[in-house]
Amino acid sequence: MAYFSHFLTALVSTLRDVLPIAIILFGFQLVILRKRIPNLRQILIGFVFVLLGLAFFLEGLEQALFPLGKLMAEQLTAPDFMGIADGGSGGWSNYLWVYVFAFAIGFSTTIAEPSLIAVAIKANQVSGGAIGTWGLRIAVAIGVAVGISMGAYRIVTGTPLHYYIIAGYILVVIQTLFCPKSIVALAYDSGGVTTSTVTVPLVAALGLGLANNIPGRNPLLDGFGLIAFASLFPIMSVMGYAQLSEWRAQRDKRSRSETERN
Amino acid sequence: MLESVRDLLPIIAVIAFFQLLILRQPIPDLGGLLVGTLLVVIGLTLFIHGLKVGLFPIGESMAHDFARKGSLFWLLAFAFALGFGTTVAEPALIAVADEAAKVAATGGMIDKSEEAMQSYADGLRLTVALSVGLAIVIGVLRIIKGWPIQYVIVGGYIGVVIMTFFAPPEIIGIAYDSGGVTTSTITVPLVTALGVGLASSIQGRNPLTDGFGLIAFASLTPMIFVMGYGMIL
Repeated sequence: MAYFSHFLTALVSTLRDVLPIAIILFGFQLVILRKRIPNLRQILIGFVFVLLGLAFFLEGLEQALFPLGKLMAEQLTAPDFMGIADGGSGGWSNYLWVYVFAFAIGFSTTIAEPSLIAVAIKANQVSGGAIGTWGLRIAVAIGVAVGISMGAYRIVTGTPLHYYIIAGYILVVIQTLFCPKSIVALAYDSGGVTTSTVTVPLVAALGLGLANNIPGRNPLLDGFGLIAFASLFPIMSVMGYAQLSEWRAQRDKRSRSETERN
Repeated sequence: MLESVRDLLPIIAVIAFFQLLILRQPIPDLGGLLVGTLLVVIGLTLFIHGLKVGLFPIGESMAHDFARKGSLFWLLAFAFALGFGTTVAEPALIAVADEAAKVAATGGMIDKSEEAMQSYADGLRLTVALSVGLAIVIGVLRIIKGWPIQYVIVGGYIGVVIMTFFAPPEIIGIAYDSGGVTTSTITVPLVTALGVGLASSIQGRNPLTDGFGLIAFASLTPMIFVMGYGMIL
Protein backbone atom coordinates (compact mmCIF):
# COMPACT_ATOMS: atom_id res chain seq x y z
CA MET A 1 0.00 0.00 0.00
CA ALA A 2 2.84 2.37 0.84
CA TYR A 3 4.42 1.53 -2.49
CA PHE A 4 1.21 2.30 -4.27
CA SER A 5 0.59 5.69 -2.69
CA HIS A 6 4.22 6.59 -3.31
CA PHE A 7 3.82 5.69 -6.95
CA LEU A 8 0.66 7.77 -7.10
CA THR A 9 2.61 10.83 -5.92
CA ALA A 10 5.17 10.19 -8.65
CA LEU A 11 2.38 9.92 -11.20
CA VAL A 12 0.81 13.19 -10.06
CA SER A 13 4.10 15.04 -10.22
CA THR A 14 4.80 13.71 -13.72
CA LEU A 15 1.31 14.77 -14.72
CA ARG A 16 2.16 18.26 -13.47
CA ASP A 17 5.21 18.29 -15.75
CA VAL A 18 3.38 16.99 -18.79
CA LEU A 19 0.21 19.08 -18.41
CA PRO A 20 1.59 22.53 -19.39
CA ILE A 21 3.21 20.97 -22.46
CA ALA A 22 -0.01 19.24 -23.46
CA ILE A 23 -1.96 22.48 -22.99
CA ILE A 24 0.46 24.42 -25.20
CA LEU A 25 0.45 21.74 -27.89
CA PHE A 26 -3.29 21.18 -28.05
CA GLY A 27 -4.04 24.89 -27.51
CA PHE A 28 -2.02 25.95 -30.53
CA GLN A 29 -3.33 23.02 -32.53
CA LEU A 30 -6.98 23.89 -31.89
CA VAL A 31 -6.92 27.69 -31.73
CA ILE A 32 -4.20 28.67 -34.21
CA LEU A 33 -3.81 25.80 -36.61
CA ARG A 34 -7.49 24.81 -36.40
CA LYS A 35 -6.85 21.43 -37.83
CA ARG A 36 -7.86 18.04 -36.67
CA ILE A 37 -4.88 16.12 -35.40
CA PRO A 38 -4.20 13.11 -37.61
CA ASN A 39 -4.28 9.87 -35.62
CA LEU A 40 -5.45 11.70 -32.51
CA ARG A 41 -6.23 8.46 -30.73
CA GLN A 42 -2.77 7.08 -31.30
CA ILE A 43 -1.12 10.31 -30.16
CA LEU A 44 -3.17 10.42 -26.98
CA ILE A 45 -2.23 6.83 -26.28
CA GLY A 46 1.39 7.85 -26.84
CA PHE A 47 1.03 10.61 -24.25
CA VAL A 48 -0.37 8.13 -21.75
CA PHE A 49 2.59 5.86 -22.41
CA VAL A 50 5.02 8.74 -21.89
CA LEU A 51 3.28 9.73 -18.70
CA LEU A 52 3.21 6.25 -17.21
CA GLY A 53 6.71 5.51 -18.45
CA LEU A 54 8.22 8.59 -16.83
CA ALA A 55 6.36 7.94 -13.58
CA PHE A 56 7.64 4.34 -13.40
CA PHE A 57 11.10 5.45 -14.42
CA LEU A 58 11.40 8.18 -11.78
CA GLU A 59 9.80 6.03 -9.10
CA GLY A 60 12.26 3.23 -9.76
CA LEU A 61 15.22 5.60 -9.77
CA GLU A 62 14.18 7.18 -6.52
CA GLN A 63 13.48 3.89 -4.83
CA ALA A 64 16.61 2.07 -5.82
CA LEU A 65 19.36 3.71 -7.78
CA PHE A 66 19.47 7.22 -6.37
CA PRO A 67 19.77 6.33 -2.67
CA LEU A 68 22.51 3.81 -3.37
CA GLY A 69 24.34 6.06 -5.83
CA LYS A 70 24.23 8.97 -3.43
CA LEU A 71 25.37 6.80 -0.56
CA MET A 72 28.30 5.62 -2.64
CA ALA A 73 29.24 9.16 -3.62
CA GLU A 74 29.26 10.04 0.08
CA GLN A 75 31.35 7.02 1.01
CA LEU A 76 33.87 7.62 -1.74
CA THR A 77 34.29 11.25 -0.77
CA ALA A 78 34.44 10.56 2.99
CA PRO A 79 37.70 11.90 4.48
CA ASP A 80 38.60 8.43 5.81
CA PHE A 81 38.28 6.77 2.46
CA MET A 82 40.23 9.46 0.64
CA GLY A 83 42.98 9.34 3.24
CA ILE A 84 42.73 12.98 4.22
CA ALA A 85 41.25 12.41 7.69
CA ASP A 86 44.43 13.70 9.34
CA GLY A 87 43.85 17.13 7.80
CA GLY A 88 46.40 17.05 4.99
CA SER A 89 44.99 17.38 1.51
CA GLY A 90 47.46 14.79 0.24
CA GLY A 91 47.62 15.85 -3.38
CA TRP A 92 45.28 15.02 -6.19
CA SER A 93 46.29 11.34 -6.54
CA ASN A 94 44.56 10.40 -3.27
CA TYR A 95 41.34 10.89 -5.09
CA LEU A 96 42.00 8.34 -7.80
CA TRP A 97 38.86 6.32 -7.02
CA VAL A 98 36.79 9.47 -7.07
CA TYR A 99 37.86 10.15 -10.66
CA VAL A 100 37.24 6.55 -11.69
CA PHE A 101 33.80 6.69 -10.08
CA ALA A 102 33.07 10.05 -11.73
CA PHE A 103 33.98 8.59 -15.11
CA ALA A 104 31.99 5.39 -14.62
CA ILE A 105 28.89 7.06 -13.24
CA GLY A 106 28.99 9.73 -15.98
CA PHE A 107 29.20 7.09 -18.69
CA SER A 108 26.60 4.70 -17.31
CA THR A 109 23.95 7.28 -16.42
CA THR A 110 24.25 8.88 -19.85
CA ILE A 111 23.59 5.55 -21.57
CA ALA A 112 20.33 5.30 -19.61
CA GLU A 113 19.28 8.92 -20.24
CA PRO A 114 15.87 8.86 -22.02
CA SER A 115 16.24 12.23 -23.77
CA LEU A 116 19.53 11.13 -25.33
CA ILE A 117 17.84 7.96 -26.59
CA ALA A 118 15.17 10.19 -28.17
CA VAL A 119 17.71 12.37 -29.96
CA ALA A 120 19.67 9.32 -31.11
CA ILE A 121 16.54 7.72 -32.61
CA LYS A 122 15.75 10.94 -34.47
CA ALA A 123 19.32 11.41 -35.70
CA ASN A 124 19.38 7.85 -36.95
CA GLN A 125 16.12 8.37 -38.88
CA VAL A 126 17.13 11.69 -40.35
CA SER A 127 20.59 10.58 -41.44
CA GLY A 128 19.13 7.51 -43.14
CA GLY A 129 21.01 5.23 -40.76
CA ALA A 130 24.42 6.86 -41.30
CA ILE A 131 24.54 7.91 -37.65
CA GLY A 132 24.16 4.82 -35.52
CA THR A 133 22.09 5.19 -32.35
CA TRP A 134 24.67 3.34 -30.29
CA GLY A 135 27.61 5.12 -31.87
CA LEU A 136 26.14 8.49 -30.97
CA ARG A 137 25.13 7.45 -27.47
CA ILE A 138 28.52 5.98 -26.69
CA ALA A 139 30.30 9.05 -28.05
CA VAL A 140 28.14 11.30 -25.85
CA ALA A 141 28.60 9.03 -22.84
CA ILE A 142 32.38 9.15 -23.19
CA GLY A 143 32.17 12.93 -23.38
CA VAL A 144 30.10 13.12 -20.21
CA ALA A 145 32.41 10.66 -18.44
CA VAL A 146 35.51 12.70 -19.26
CA GLY A 147 33.65 15.90 -18.38
CA ILE A 148 32.57 14.71 -14.93
CA SER A 149 36.04 13.43 -14.06
CA MET A 150 37.56 16.73 -15.14
CA GLY A 151 34.93 18.53 -13.09
CA ALA A 152 35.82 16.39 -10.06
CA TYR A 153 39.49 17.20 -10.60
CA ARG A 154 38.61 20.88 -10.68
CA ILE A 155 36.77 20.67 -7.37
CA VAL A 156 39.73 18.82 -5.83
CA THR A 157 42.27 21.36 -7.04
CA GLY A 158 40.01 24.37 -6.53
CA THR A 159 40.91 26.05 -9.82
CA PRO A 160 38.43 28.57 -11.26
CA LEU A 161 35.66 27.03 -13.34
CA HIS A 162 35.62 29.60 -16.11
CA TYR A 163 39.20 28.87 -17.21
CA TYR A 164 38.18 25.33 -18.07
CA ILE A 165 34.96 26.35 -19.76
CA ILE A 166 36.59 29.05 -21.87
CA ALA A 167 39.38 26.66 -22.91
CA GLY A 168 36.67 24.15 -23.79
CA TYR A 169 34.87 26.72 -25.94
CA ILE A 170 38.07 27.46 -27.85
CA LEU A 171 38.54 23.75 -28.51
CA VAL A 172 34.93 23.41 -29.69
CA VAL A 173 35.38 26.31 -32.10
CA ILE A 174 38.59 24.81 -33.54
CA GLN A 175 36.94 21.39 -33.92
CA THR A 176 33.95 23.00 -35.65
CA LEU A 177 36.26 24.27 -38.37
CA PHE A 178 37.54 20.80 -39.17
CA CYS A 179 34.63 18.45 -38.62
CA PRO A 180 31.98 17.40 -41.20
CA LYS A 181 29.38 20.17 -41.41
CA SER A 182 26.45 17.77 -41.27
CA ILE A 183 27.21 16.77 -37.68
CA VAL A 184 27.79 20.24 -36.18
CA ALA A 185 24.20 20.97 -35.13
CA LEU A 186 23.72 17.51 -33.66
CA ALA A 187 26.98 17.77 -31.76
CA TYR A 188 25.96 21.10 -30.21
CA ASP A 189 22.61 19.60 -29.27
CA SER A 190 24.17 16.63 -27.55
CA GLY A 191 25.71 19.00 -25.02
CA GLY A 192 22.29 19.95 -23.74
CA VAL A 193 20.47 16.64 -23.77
CA THR A 194 22.91 14.64 -21.74
CA THR A 195 22.19 16.01 -18.35
CA SER A 196 18.71 15.36 -17.20
CA THR A 197 16.72 12.91 -15.11
CA VAL A 198 19.31 10.26 -14.38
CA THR A 199 22.59 12.12 -14.44
CA VAL A 200 21.91 15.32 -12.52
CA PRO A 201 20.96 13.94 -9.07
CA LEU A 202 23.87 11.48 -8.92
CA VAL A 203 26.42 13.95 -10.20
CA ALA A 204 25.17 16.66 -7.87
CA ALA A 205 25.65 14.27 -4.92
CA LEU A 206 29.23 13.64 -6.00
CA GLY A 207 30.00 17.35 -6.34
CA LEU A 208 28.45 18.16 -3.00
CA GLY A 209 30.34 15.35 -1.27
CA LEU A 210 33.65 16.51 -2.68
CA ALA A 211 33.09 20.17 -1.89
CA ASN A 212 31.96 19.31 1.64
CA ASN A 213 34.90 17.11 2.54
CA ILE A 214 37.94 18.57 0.87
CA PRO A 215 39.53 21.16 3.12
CA GLY A 216 39.23 24.70 1.84
CA ARG A 217 36.26 24.09 -0.43
CA ASN A 218 32.91 25.75 0.09
CA PRO A 219 30.01 23.49 -0.90
CA LEU A 220 27.95 26.46 -1.99
CA LEU A 221 30.60 27.83 -4.32
CA ASP A 222 32.63 24.83 -5.42
CA GLY A 223 29.94 22.15 -5.61
CA PHE A 224 28.64 23.58 -8.88
CA GLY A 225 30.17 23.19 -12.28
CA LEU A 226 29.98 19.43 -12.85
CA ILE A 227 26.88 19.79 -15.02
CA ALA A 228 28.61 22.49 -17.05
CA PHE A 229 31.47 20.11 -17.76
CA ALA A 230 29.04 17.35 -18.61
CA SER A 231 27.35 19.58 -21.19
CA LEU A 232 30.56 20.80 -22.78
CA PHE A 233 32.58 17.65 -23.35
CA PRO A 234 29.99 15.68 -25.36
CA ILE A 235 30.14 18.41 -28.01
CA MET A 236 33.82 17.61 -28.48
CA SER A 237 33.41 13.84 -28.33
CA VAL A 238 30.55 13.80 -30.86
CA MET A 239 32.53 15.93 -33.31
CA GLY A 240 35.50 13.68 -32.70
CA TYR A 241 33.31 10.64 -33.42
CA ALA A 242 32.17 12.23 -36.70
CA GLN A 243 35.74 12.99 -37.71
CA LEU A 244 36.74 9.44 -36.93
CA SER A 245 33.86 7.93 -38.93
CA GLU A 246 34.58 10.21 -41.87
CA TRP A 247 38.23 9.28 -41.80
CA ARG A 248 37.37 5.58 -41.65
CA ALA A 249 34.88 5.87 -44.52
CA GLN A 250 37.50 7.58 -46.65
CA ARG A 251 40.05 4.95 -45.83
CA ASP A 252 37.58 2.18 -46.75
CA LYS A 253 36.75 3.92 -50.01
CA ARG A 254 40.42 4.26 -50.84
CA SER A 255 41.19 0.63 -50.11
CA ARG A 256 38.09 -0.48 -52.04
CA SER A 257 39.08 1.49 -55.14
CA GLU A 258 42.54 0.01 -54.86
CA THR A 259 41.21 -3.53 -54.77
CA GLU A 260 38.99 -2.76 -57.74
CA ARG A 261 41.97 -1.56 -59.68
CA ASN A 262 43.94 -4.70 -58.93
CA MET B 1 12.10 -4.35 -22.96
CA LEU B 2 15.35 -6.14 -23.69
CA GLU B 3 16.81 -2.91 -25.00
CA SER B 4 15.89 -1.11 -21.81
CA VAL B 5 17.65 -3.78 -19.81
CA ARG B 6 20.74 -3.20 -21.92
CA ASP B 7 20.47 0.56 -21.37
CA LEU B 8 20.50 0.06 -17.64
CA LEU B 9 23.15 -2.62 -17.43
CA PRO B 10 26.08 -0.16 -17.21
CA ILE B 11 24.66 1.62 -14.15
CA ILE B 12 24.05 -1.66 -12.38
CA ALA B 13 27.57 -2.85 -13.20
CA VAL B 14 29.12 0.39 -11.93
CA ILE B 15 27.18 0.32 -8.69
CA ALA B 16 27.94 -3.35 -8.06
CA PHE B 17 31.64 -2.90 -8.85
CA PHE B 18 32.19 0.07 -6.56
CA GLN B 19 29.98 -1.15 -3.75
CA LEU B 20 31.37 -4.67 -3.58
CA LEU B 21 35.00 -4.32 -4.69
CA ILE B 22 36.10 -0.79 -3.84
CA LEU B 23 34.00 0.15 -0.84
CA ARG B 24 33.68 -3.51 0.17
CA GLN B 25 30.23 -3.19 1.58
CA PRO B 26 27.16 -5.32 1.12
CA ILE B 27 24.35 -3.90 -0.97
CA PRO B 28 21.70 -2.66 1.44
CA ASP B 29 18.14 -3.76 0.68
CA LEU B 30 18.86 -5.90 -2.35
CA GLY B 31 15.18 -6.74 -2.84
CA GLY B 32 14.22 -3.05 -2.99
CA LEU B 33 17.02 -2.43 -5.45
CA LEU B 34 15.77 -5.17 -7.76
CA VAL B 35 12.16 -3.96 -7.60
CA GLY B 36 13.30 -0.41 -8.31
CA THR B 37 15.41 -1.51 -11.26
CA LEU B 38 12.46 -3.44 -12.67
CA LEU B 39 10.32 -0.28 -12.41
CA VAL B 40 12.99 1.71 -14.23
CA VAL B 41 13.12 -0.88 -17.02
CA ILE B 42 9.32 -0.89 -17.42
CA GLY B 43 9.27 2.92 -17.33
CA LEU B 44 11.96 3.31 -19.95
CA THR B 45 10.25 0.83 -22.27
CA LEU B 46 6.87 2.60 -21.98
CA PHE B 47 8.48 6.01 -22.41
CA ILE B 48 10.34 5.08 -25.59
CA HIS B 49 7.17 3.55 -27.05
CA GLY B 50 5.15 6.67 -26.17
CA LEU B 51 7.85 8.81 -27.73
CA LYS B 52 7.55 7.02 -31.05
CA VAL B 53 3.75 6.97 -31.27
CA GLY B 54 2.95 10.25 -29.48
CA LEU B 55 5.58 12.94 -29.00
CA PHE B 56 7.49 12.59 -32.26
CA PRO B 57 4.42 12.49 -34.54
CA ILE B 58 2.68 15.46 -32.95
CA GLY B 59 5.86 17.55 -32.92
CA GLU B 60 6.44 16.87 -36.58
CA SER B 61 2.84 17.25 -37.72
CA MET B 62 2.61 20.63 -35.98
CA ALA B 63 5.88 21.73 -37.58
CA HIS B 64 4.49 20.79 -41.01
CA ASP B 65 1.20 22.58 -40.35
CA PHE B 66 2.94 25.76 -39.19
CA ALA B 67 5.19 25.69 -42.23
CA ARG B 68 2.17 25.31 -44.51
CA LYS B 69 0.17 27.99 -42.70
CA GLY B 70 3.04 30.36 -43.38
CA SER B 71 2.48 32.71 -40.44
CA LEU B 72 5.86 33.51 -38.97
CA PHE B 73 4.32 35.30 -36.01
CA TRP B 74 2.34 32.31 -34.79
CA LEU B 75 5.22 29.93 -35.36
CA LEU B 76 7.50 32.10 -33.24
CA ALA B 77 4.77 32.52 -30.63
CA PHE B 78 4.46 28.74 -30.47
CA ALA B 79 8.25 28.37 -30.20
CA PHE B 80 8.36 30.84 -27.33
CA ALA B 81 5.44 29.23 -25.51
CA LEU B 82 7.01 25.81 -25.83
CA GLY B 83 10.38 26.99 -24.47
CA PHE B 84 8.95 29.13 -21.68
CA GLY B 85 6.13 26.80 -20.68
CA THR B 86 8.22 23.68 -20.43
CA THR B 87 11.01 25.35 -18.47
CA VAL B 88 9.23 27.46 -15.89
CA ALA B 89 7.88 24.43 -13.99
CA GLU B 90 10.90 22.18 -14.53
CA PRO B 91 11.74 20.51 -11.17
CA ALA B 92 15.50 20.51 -11.80
CA LEU B 93 15.36 24.25 -12.40
CA ILE B 94 13.37 24.86 -9.23
CA ALA B 95 16.06 22.99 -7.27
CA VAL B 96 18.89 24.98 -8.86
CA ALA B 97 17.10 28.29 -8.31
CA ASP B 98 16.65 27.55 -4.60
CA GLU B 99 20.31 26.62 -4.35
CA ALA B 100 21.29 29.82 -6.11
CA ALA B 101 19.25 31.89 -3.66
CA LYS B 102 21.20 30.29 -0.81
CA VAL B 103 24.49 31.18 -2.50
CA ALA B 104 23.35 34.75 -3.07
CA ALA B 105 22.31 35.10 0.57
CA THR B 106 25.62 33.67 1.81
CA GLY B 107 27.53 35.99 -0.49
CA GLY B 108 25.64 38.98 0.93
CA MET B 109 24.00 39.87 -2.38
CA ILE B 110 20.53 39.64 -0.90
CA ASP B 111 19.05 39.56 2.61
CA LYS B 112 19.18 36.28 4.42
CA SER B 113 15.43 36.32 4.99
CA GLU B 114 13.13 33.62 3.68
CA GLU B 115 11.19 36.19 1.65
CA ALA B 116 14.18 37.71 -0.12
CA MET B 117 15.50 34.28 -1.01
CA GLN B 118 12.14 33.12 -2.37
CA SER B 119 11.73 36.19 -4.56
CA TYR B 120 15.32 35.81 -5.79
CA ALA B 121 14.69 32.17 -6.70
CA ASP B 122 11.40 32.99 -8.46
CA GLY B 123 13.03 35.80 -10.41
CA LEU B 124 15.82 33.49 -11.47
CA ARG B 125 13.35 30.85 -12.65
CA LEU B 126 11.45 33.38 -14.74
CA THR B 127 14.73 34.64 -16.17
CA VAL B 128 15.79 31.16 -17.23
CA ALA B 129 12.36 30.34 -18.67
CA LEU B 130 12.38 33.58 -20.66
CA SER B 131 15.85 32.80 -21.96
CA VAL B 132 14.81 29.31 -23.06
CA GLY B 133 11.74 30.73 -24.82
CA LEU B 134 13.98 33.20 -26.59
CA ALA B 135 16.43 30.45 -27.46
CA ILE B 136 13.79 28.36 -29.23
CA VAL B 137 12.61 31.48 -31.09
CA ILE B 138 16.16 32.22 -32.29
CA GLY B 139 16.65 28.56 -33.17
CA VAL B 140 13.44 28.42 -35.23
CA LEU B 141 14.41 31.66 -37.00
CA ARG B 142 17.76 30.11 -37.80
CA ILE B 143 16.09 27.07 -39.37
CA ILE B 144 13.82 29.29 -41.47
CA LYS B 145 16.60 31.61 -42.61
CA GLY B 146 19.15 28.83 -42.98
CA TRP B 147 21.89 30.54 -40.96
CA PRO B 148 24.82 28.20 -40.30
CA ILE B 149 24.59 27.15 -36.67
CA GLN B 150 28.24 27.63 -35.79
CA TYR B 151 28.11 31.42 -36.24
CA VAL B 152 25.17 31.77 -33.89
CA ILE B 153 26.68 29.41 -31.32
CA VAL B 154 30.11 31.07 -31.42
CA GLY B 155 28.36 34.40 -30.95
CA GLY B 156 26.70 32.90 -27.87
CA TYR B 157 30.03 31.63 -26.55
CA ILE B 158 31.50 35.11 -26.87
CA GLY B 159 28.49 36.41 -24.97
CA VAL B 160 29.10 33.88 -22.18
CA VAL B 161 32.80 34.77 -21.95
CA ILE B 162 32.14 38.51 -21.81
CA MET B 163 29.46 38.07 -19.15
CA THR B 164 31.84 35.90 -17.11
CA PHE B 165 34.22 38.83 -16.68
CA PHE B 166 31.52 41.11 -15.34
CA ALA B 167 29.30 38.76 -13.36
CA PRO B 168 29.79 38.35 -9.60
CA PRO B 169 32.00 35.27 -9.06
CA GLU B 170 29.42 33.57 -6.80
CA ILE B 171 26.91 33.27 -9.62
CA ILE B 172 29.22 31.87 -12.31
CA GLY B 173 29.05 28.22 -11.24
CA ILE B 174 25.26 28.27 -11.04
CA ALA B 175 24.97 30.10 -14.34
CA TYR B 176 27.11 27.54 -16.13
CA ASP B 177 25.16 24.67 -14.61
CA SER B 178 21.79 26.22 -15.41
CA GLY B 179 22.46 25.69 -19.09
CA GLY B 180 22.48 21.95 -18.59
CA VAL B 181 19.47 21.49 -16.37
CA THR B 182 16.84 23.35 -18.35
CA THR B 183 16.04 20.77 -20.98
CA SER B 184 13.78 18.10 -19.58
CA THR B 185 13.00 14.62 -20.77
CA ILE B 186 9.74 15.65 -22.42
CA THR B 187 11.00 18.91 -23.90
CA VAL B 188 13.94 17.37 -25.74
CA PRO B 189 12.00 14.93 -27.97
CA LEU B 190 9.31 17.53 -28.73
CA VAL B 191 11.74 20.30 -29.59
CA THR B 192 13.85 17.93 -31.67
CA ALA B 193 10.78 16.76 -33.61
CA LEU B 194 9.76 20.39 -34.13
CA GLY B 195 13.17 21.34 -35.53
CA VAL B 196 13.48 18.30 -37.77
CA GLY B 197 9.87 18.68 -38.95
CA LEU B 198 10.40 22.35 -39.83
CA ALA B 199 13.65 21.69 -41.65
CA SER B 200 12.07 18.93 -43.71
CA SER B 201 9.01 21.04 -44.67
CA ILE B 202 10.97 24.10 -45.78
CA GLN B 203 12.55 23.85 -49.19
CA GLY B 204 16.30 23.98 -49.28
CA ARG B 205 16.77 22.93 -45.66
CA ASN B 206 18.39 19.70 -44.66
CA PRO B 207 16.83 17.99 -41.61
CA LEU B 208 20.23 16.88 -40.34
CA THR B 209 22.25 20.10 -40.68
CA ASP B 210 19.37 22.51 -40.07
CA GLY B 211 16.88 20.53 -38.02
CA PHE B 212 19.04 20.00 -34.97
CA GLY B 213 20.43 22.79 -32.84
CA LEU B 214 17.38 24.01 -30.92
CA ILE B 215 18.54 22.30 -27.71
CA ALA B 216 21.98 23.83 -28.14
CA PHE B 217 20.50 27.32 -27.99
CA ALA B 218 18.32 26.36 -25.05
CA SER B 219 21.38 25.39 -23.06
CA LEU B 220 23.39 28.47 -24.02
CA THR B 221 21.07 31.42 -23.40
CA PRO B 222 20.33 30.56 -19.74
CA MET B 223 24.04 30.96 -18.93
CA ILE B 224 24.07 34.49 -20.31
CA PHE B 225 20.77 35.46 -18.73
CA VAL B 226 21.55 34.05 -15.29
CA MET B 227 24.84 35.96 -15.18
CA GLY B 228 22.94 39.06 -16.26
CA TYR B 229 20.44 38.44 -13.47
CA GLY B 230 23.31 38.16 -10.99
CA MET B 231 24.74 41.48 -12.16
CA ILE B 232 21.50 43.44 -11.95
CA LEU B 233 20.57 42.24 -8.47
